[in-house]
Amino acid sequence: MGYLDGFKVTLRKWAGVNTDTGRRVTTEYPEEVRPKPARFHGRHVLNRYEDGMEKCIGCELCAGVCPADCIYVRGSDNDPENPTSPGERFGFTYEINYLRCIHCDLCVEACPTQAITESKLFEFAFTNRSDAIYTKAELLVGDDGRPRQMPWENWDGGFDPAQDTSGWMRATSSGGFAEFEGLVAWAGELGYGVRAPEGGQTSEQAGAEAAAADAAEDEHGGH
Amino acid sequence: MDPLLSGDIGFAEILIVLIKVLIAFAGLMVGVMLMVWFERKLVADMQNRIGPNRAGPFGILQTLADGIKLFFKEELSPAKSDPFVYRLAPFLALVPAFLVFSVIPIAGNFSGDNTGVVTIAGHETLMQVADPQIGILLVLAMSSIAVYGIMLAGWASGSKYPLLGSVRASAQMVSYEAALGLSIATVLLLAGALSTNLIVNEQAGGRWNLWMTGLVPFVVFLIAATAELNRPPFDLVEAEQELVGGFHTEYTALRFAMFFLAEFMNVVTMSAVIVTLFLGGPNGPLFGITGWVSDYLLPSIYFFGKLFILLFVFVWFRATLPRFRYDQLMDLGWKLLIPLSLGWFLLVATVQVSQDQGWNPIVVVTSVVVIGVLGASLLRLSIRTGNFRRTEESEEAEDSHMSPKDPGGVR
Repeated sequence: MGYLDGFKVTLRKWAGVNTDTGRRVTTEYPEEVRPKPARFHGRHVLNRYEDGMEKCIGCELCAGVCPADCIYVRGSDNDPENPTSPGERFGFTYEINYLRCIHCDLCVEACPTQAITESKLFEFAFTNRSDAIYTKAELLVGDDGRPRQMPWENWDGGFDPAQDTSGWMRATSSGGFAEFEGLVAWAGELGYGVRAPEGGQTSEQAGAEAAAADAAEDEHGGH
Repeated sequence: MDPLLSGDIGFAEILIVLIKVLIAFAGLMVGVMLMVWFERKLVADMQNRIGPNRAGPFGILQTLADGIKLFFKEELSPAKSDPFVYRLAPFLALVPAFLVFSVIPIAGNFSGDNTGVVTIAGHETLMQVADPQIGILLVLAMSSIAVYGIMLAGWASGSKYPLLGSVRASAQMVSYEAALGLSIATVLLLAGALSTNLIVNEQAGGRWNLWMTGLVPFVVFLIAATAELNRPPFDLVEAEQELVGGFHTEYTALRFAMFFLAEFMNVVTMSAVIVTLFLGGPNGPLFGITGWVSDYLLPSIYFFGKLFILLFVFVWFRATLPRFRYDQLMDLGWKLLIPLSLGWFLLVATVQVSQDQGWNPIVVVTSVVVIGVLGASLLRLSIRTGNFRRTEESEEAEDSHMSPKDPGGVR
């Protein structure tokens, strides 16, 4: 009886709640946290070099690329006696409005010094609009290299500083070229040093594949 | 007639009636609270989810929390609404839901010569708030009044989606009321009375109407009741995907809570009506025990057990069946349920009369079968002809659009 098969399905699910048919897919979220994906986009952090210098040079590329227009950066010249960052300029003002941010990660890709990366922190709920605007002091990592916890942020969901910050760098090959997979092309960070590359395809394999893809594209373009 | 009210009416009688009213009211409220929780939990189980689990043990207080939240929310009324009717409508939906339960016998000993009469402090009474002679007609009357609640709510909101919802509601409820009434009439043929007490009494000793009427009226009643309650798969009245929230889109806070309450209360009371009409009410084996166990305990266990099974069935419907399209809904009501229940009503009437008059059963059965088959095929033929003409017309209309005079006709 085709009409009544549906009733059997629901009844089986209900009767077999503790078996495989009725296995519940919902998790008890605040108590039970699922592991976050490797490239999860959470709130940003401003990184520092191993010697404590800030990576941000105030170039405003992140603000320029931001599709939600949520980043506000102003650079300033470094004091030669007491520089904030290596080089000429540093990020004097750095603000991200989290009521606008869509966590697309374009700022991270635009950044020439890997100063801004996204952590995996996403559980933050503010009660007023000014809290939603994270200032430079709030975004910059502390002296131990960890992000600063704001009073309205919940870190109970198992915050692992080694896993939860700048994961993108180890997952993405530099410049998007597969040949560079596995090659370290980033500077060290305060508290962690130079992060090891994540596993993946070997450079020879990737190079061969990339060459084949290029050849195919050339052939295609010839017509 | 309730024996309590047959003689002089003094203080004790009024007190007993008041206590019964209070118990029915409080019981119904708690029942609705549990029903909402039960429904959410059960649907969650059937859909591999967890369901409410925060308020109280197993989330049993979730409804209470929701109620308190709604109670403290702001009452809004749209600028274009009709203020008086807009405020009146929730009561028109809620009050009938309460009143229906007053004629439901929930306990009492119906076995042997007993007629469900219990004695409270020397006064004889029935275990139902009221036993009017119109009995089951009160249920039909109240469910018709409840249509007004929904219709006026949609109309008075001064907004188009609620209006569409209430137009659907009135059409749906009016068409399914016919099938509902006809299957009740079949029960009444057997009982020979409208009083719910007598209907239950007539089913004593396992002579449940479920099989005494031949199952068909029960199935028709169950389907028509689901439609009457606007529950899935017949919830076109508040089809979220089409009408936002249907007739109660513009309602907030306590007034919305009243509609919500009325909806779930109607599920409970309609299940109670089905138990009374078809499943023998509080009837069940009493094992020869007398006293309070057979007067109150066992019958109420049977009653609430049957009620619980029906509630489970309603939730099961909801978890399983997808919503009907509106024309399918009307087709089911008018072309299947009404003819079926009418035919079955005539069949039961014929059987009753033939038993009365002592007619030859073989002749009766043969003629009934012949007439039934003839009638069914005639109906089928007329429906098919109607369908055929309709498709022909729409094809013609399509063809005229395709003609060269009207290139790229709008469909």
